[in-house]
Amino acid sequence: MADVSFDRATRIYPGTEAPAVDALELEIPDGEFMVLVGPSGSGKTTALRMLAGLEEVDAGAVLIGGRDVTDLPAKERDVAMVFQNYALYPYLSVAANIGFPLKIAHVKKSERERRVREAAELLGLVDYLARKPGQLSGGQRQRVAMGRAIVREPSVFLMDEPLSNLDAKLRVQMRADIAALQDRLGTTTVYVTHDQAEAMTLGDRVAVMKDGRLQQCDEPRVLYERPVNTFVAGFIGSPAMNLCTLPCSNGAVSFGGSRIPVPAGNGEVVVGLRPESLELAGEGLPAEVQVVEELGADAYVFCASALGRLVARTEAKRAPARGERVALRPVAEEAHLFDAGGERVSGIDH
Amino acid sequence: MTTAAATAPLARRKPPLAVRRRRFLVAVANHSLLIAVAVLFLAPFAFIALTALMSTNQALSSHLWPQPFRWSNFVDVWSKAPLLRWALNTAMYSGLATLGVLVSSIPVAYALSRLRWRGRDAVFLVVLVALMLPPQVSVIPVYVLWAKLHLVGTLWPLIIPSWLGDAFSIFLLRQFFLTIPEEYLDAARVDGCGELRILTTVVLRLAKPAIAAVALFSILYTFNDYFLPLLYVGESPHHWVASIGLSQFRSLHQVQWNLTMAATLLVMAPVIVLFFLAQKAFVEGVTLTGVKG
Ligand SMILES: Nc1ncnc2c1ncn2[C@@H]1O[C@H](COP(=O)(O)OP(=O)(O)O)[C@@H](O)[C@H]1O
Ligand SMILES: [Mg+2]
Repeated sequence: MADVSFDRATRIYPGTEAPAVDALELEIPDGEFMVLVGPSGSGKTTALRMLAGLEEVDAGAVLIGGRDVTDLPAKERDVAMVFQNYALYPYLSVAANIGFPLKIAHVKKSERERRVREAAELLGLVDYLARKPGQLSGGQRQRVAMGRAIVREPSVFLMDEPLSNLDAKLRVQMRADIAALQDRLGTTTVYVTHDQAEAMTLGDRVAVMKDGRLQQCDEPRVLYERPVNTFVAGFIGSPAMNLCTLPCSNGAVSFGGSRIPVPAGNGEVVVGLRPESLELAGEGLPAEVQVVEELGADAYVFCASALGRLVARTEAKRAPARGERVALRPVAEEAHLFDAGGERVSGIDH
Repeated sequence: MTTAAATAPLARRKPPLAVRRRRFLVAVANHSLLIAVAVLFLAPFAFIALTALMSTNQALSSHLWPQPFRWSNFVDVWSKAPLLRWALNTAMYSGLATLGVLVSSIPVAYALSRLRWRGRDAVFLVVLVALMLPPQVSVIPVYVLWAKLHLVGTLWPLIIPSWLGDAFSIFLLRQFFLTIPEEYLDAARVDGCGELRILTTVVLRLAKPAIAAVALFSILYTFNDYFLPLLYVGESPHHWVASIGLSQFRSLHQVQWNLTMAATLLVMAPVIVLFFLAQKAFVEGVTLTGVKG
């Protein structure tokens, strides 16, 4: 068990100009489940590999349990990693795969067998211990990879998109299993995903990355309610937040006739409205319905308007038909405001 | 194992007659072609085997079928020539050289494929150049070297160079190592392996088919090698390997074709057996790499 911190850690791949991870600052207290999320190519994997000791740190430092591990090789860092493709050795049985790190550490055979069995029981793999990875389903392989990570009782778990090779239903189920397991073991975990829904459900805190830079790191609720910039605002939440650039005059912007107050400044502002903050009303911004996505009780209405494509949430039974003309009205007090550079305008809070 | 197969047997529809007839003809054509090619390849073997069973006089005649079968030829050759000595020399050359190729080439191939270090590409270029250099080019200076070391007349000039790396094997292994997914090695690194440990536990197992291929190539090459043994041990019959011995046997027992062929068969036997065994190893290798990650 240990806390982890990135201290302005930077990685520039040889032969490239832009850093893949740029001065990453992140403090992860002992036992926390931290999720790194961001679009593909944002540097999540690189950051995780820097922590694992698989990628060099070109500037800054990485600390595990207060110890500077920046220049330590992977094998001396006491971390365990689950890979996207699981990296199970095809020639070893499930039991031997799970027990591999113990064997490398010269743990006695009897002790090793006991711990492999314990891990297998925890993961429901007892019946498969004699099989080869090729004889397992995707979900079972994923659990073997987890078993190999937990059997060593490392101080930190690292997981790089461990669920992305599973089908949607299994992914949701394994997500819950991983959360329960981490809760039970209480081991500091750094989890990488590109799926914001996965990040929001799993993380104690979520760090959003873009182009190698940390955008915001906070609890899921805070990311949703107070995104620091338009990138986080657009990335977190599904469907994405509506973002419209509007001219501001006399301390307010006008959105389809509705007044949204702006605390300071003139010029342009970006107004962010979650689908649930945009209502179908008798009057407001005129729009034409393009697609209606029904999700049981609710429906998302995708419309074309003078401000671009907008999404509104409504009750399914009141959803308009495709092609219908509707009016959209913002809930002014729920609007997020960003300046022309995309940064959150301070002063507006809910 | 599907439930359908376990329950009622399906009433299988027979393809129409025309389709069946066409399939039958295609099968006949395929098999005829394969049989013809097989006969072409097997004919020399059959000729050797049949001649090896004839009497000396019959072997000189135009008969194709031995009459009677003289199995004793296979016993007689052992007394006519030091076959065992040659076999042991060949085994020593082949075995030690192959072991040397593996021990020296595997770590180099690993370093050239999976470790990052300055000058790696330049070193690989040197390997490629060595690969393209025909051995005859360097044979004279190398001979002089061995002569100065007083090792001409022994098998060591054949064996020792293999322990110093073989360009072809390094190249072949490097290319295969490059196909091993990085995650296997990274997983081992995180789980506590150093590079040597990764090489011996993970890479060796994953690269089994490539290593088997390299070993096989080396065994076959050394087994068939005539040029270098002739150069270094041609003058010392005690160190003759089978390839040299056999050619000498032929010139000594010119007219006894039956014995020459019997000796040839005995020398070929291990290679043929090896081929059947290796075939299995190759198939295993293919299924191993076919496992989904
Ligand atoms: N081995 C490498 N060499 C050069 N560039 C790389 C390498 N690995 C990743 N990159 C680059 O670094 C950036 C971050 O990649 P990565 O960490 O894999 O992103 P993510 O995991 O968030 O998708 C990308 O622009 C990618 O192209
Ligand atoms: Mg990635």
